[in-house]
Amino acid sequence: MNIHAIKAIYKFEMSRTWRTLLQSIVSPVISTSLYFVVFGAAIGSRITEIEGVSYGTFIVPGLIMLSLLTQSIANASFGIYFPKFVGTIYEILSAPISPLEIVIGYVGAAATKSIILGLIILATAGLFVPLKIAHPFWMIGFLVLTAVTFSLFGFIIGVWADNFEKLQVIPLLIVTPLTFLGGSFYSINMLPPVWQTITLFNPVVYLVSGFRWSFSEIADVPVGVSFGMTLLFLALCLIAVLWIFKTGYRLKK
Amino acid sequence: MPIISIKNLSKVYPSGLRALNNVNLDIESGEIFALLGPNGAGKTTLISIICGIATRSEGSVMVGGHDIDSDYRAARSLIGLVPQELHTDAFETVWATVSFSRGLFGKRKNPAHIEKVLRDLSLWDKKDSQIVTLSGGMKRRVMIAKALSHEPKILFLDEPTAGVDVELRKGMWDVVRELRASGVTIILTTHYIEEAEEMADRVGVIANGELILTEHKAALMQKLGKKQLTLHLQKPLDAIPAQLDAHHLELKADGRDLVYTYDTRGERTGITALMNDLNAAGIRFKDLNTSQSSLEEIFVSLVHREV
Repeated sequence: MNIHAIKAIYKFEMSRTWRTLLQSIVSPVISTSLYFVVFGAAIGSRITEIEGVSYGTFIVPGLIMLSLLTQSIANASFGIYFPKFVGTIYEILSAPISPLEIVIGYVGAAATKSIILGLIILATAGLFVPLKIAHPFWMIGFLVLTAVTFSLFGFIIGVWADNFEKLQVIPLLIVTPLTFLGGSFYSINMLPPVWQTITLFNPVVYLVSGFRWSFSEIADVPVGVSFGMTLLFLALCLIAVLWIFKTGYRLKK
Repeated sequence: MPIISIKNLSKVYPSGLRALNNVNLDIESGEIFALLGPNGAGKTTLISIICGIATRSEGSVMVGGHDIDSDYRAARSLIGLVPQELHTDAFETVWATVSFSRGLFGKRKNPAHIEKVLRDLSLWDKKDSQIVTLSGGMKRRVMIAKALSHEPKILFLDEPTAGVDVELRKGMWDVVRELRASGVTIILTTHYIEEAEEMADRVGVIANGELILTEHKAALMQKLGKKQLTLHLQKPLDAIPAQLDAHHLELKADGRDLVYTYDTRGERTGITALMNDLNAAGIRFKDLNTSQSSLEEIFVSLVHREV
């Protein structure tokens, strides 16, 4: 194991975060606060409690998930896309590093950033609404698993993308809509029966549901199913990453 | 044992372009090997395959006795690569980017070594500068510093002096000579043939993906080198006298210079006979000089013959 290389990549990626602190940390916190103002105060005052929880408290896990997914993807995809774009990827490819070590470095840093961000958003939410975390261990578990999974997914997007537009297209056109439609801001029980069924094809439902369960024990699907689906998506991303390195897809000439 | 051993190496791109065709090459430890060839000949592709940046279609490459695929860690640890393009992390500092390279190659921190590398390349006073603020020549040196950060045994320099001014180029060659003296094997590609001529122990010529020849520089020059003897005449000639036809002379500079071309490979160069015949013809000269064809001329003639 080339520990020094993993550390070097991790440190390099993290230093990029501190260099772009405004963009990396401050802007997501501001947008989350705006969600609270708009959804929590304006809409929340017209929605009564959902399954015994105030609307403001209800949307906290969904809001964290929204940032966690988009930021994990953005961090990891940019982290690997940028060296490809400027050409510094040559050094990564010519170094005595295994694919696994490259992934640990890039995905580890991306996931670390989004976990820190998730916790900051959680703390920010605490300023607006009363918070209760029923299962802290599971809460952290879902947070970490989701961050890692979507950082892997972002890594794949970053490898696949060969221009900046492709880098944005999946997060904007697929992930964000799925997150909004995945029960971040509502319980899927509030939907008509047909849409409840359709919604179950949205993987984000399982992430949000499990995460929300760890806060307030409210869940759209059983927590075991949520956990299983998260692991399944993690496994799919891992397989895709292994394939990328085995074939040199979009990395090697 | 050669430090790099390339056997039957071919590279075919998906487009069908055959960038390398059955290349066989051994590079000895401690030598400076210059790879010459026109643009698109396959120089960079060859280097990229050895370093792990490009995949190969056929053949095998061993570096320090390690297969570049099955034992890539050991193979790549030995190699430092300075690519042709200036790929840098613009917003990193010089110190951070060079330290990053060392870590990437699995070496623990060694600020003393990094300092030495930066001082040798006259980058020490720029160590805290962001790369984006540096000139092109300095960026080039940062790339070299990165490649040397992990104390490689083999250094690849792909067109290292392209776009570098004369003074800096000389400084770079001093660094290369020092490295060679410390036992580092150096493989360079260059367009500046005088550089290969001055620096290299051996020369390889590549054209259309094929290695046309590899030869010790001196042997190559001798083998292919033609020498010319120019006689500056006291009185200009209108034409070369018929009795000198056997020497295949050329008349230049409005009849004031007589040029004799001969082959250094031959046991007899024919100079003595020429002098005797000139004497007999009553042709007198005030000065003479000889010149040998440069590596560039050899190279151009080789590549043309191949194409």
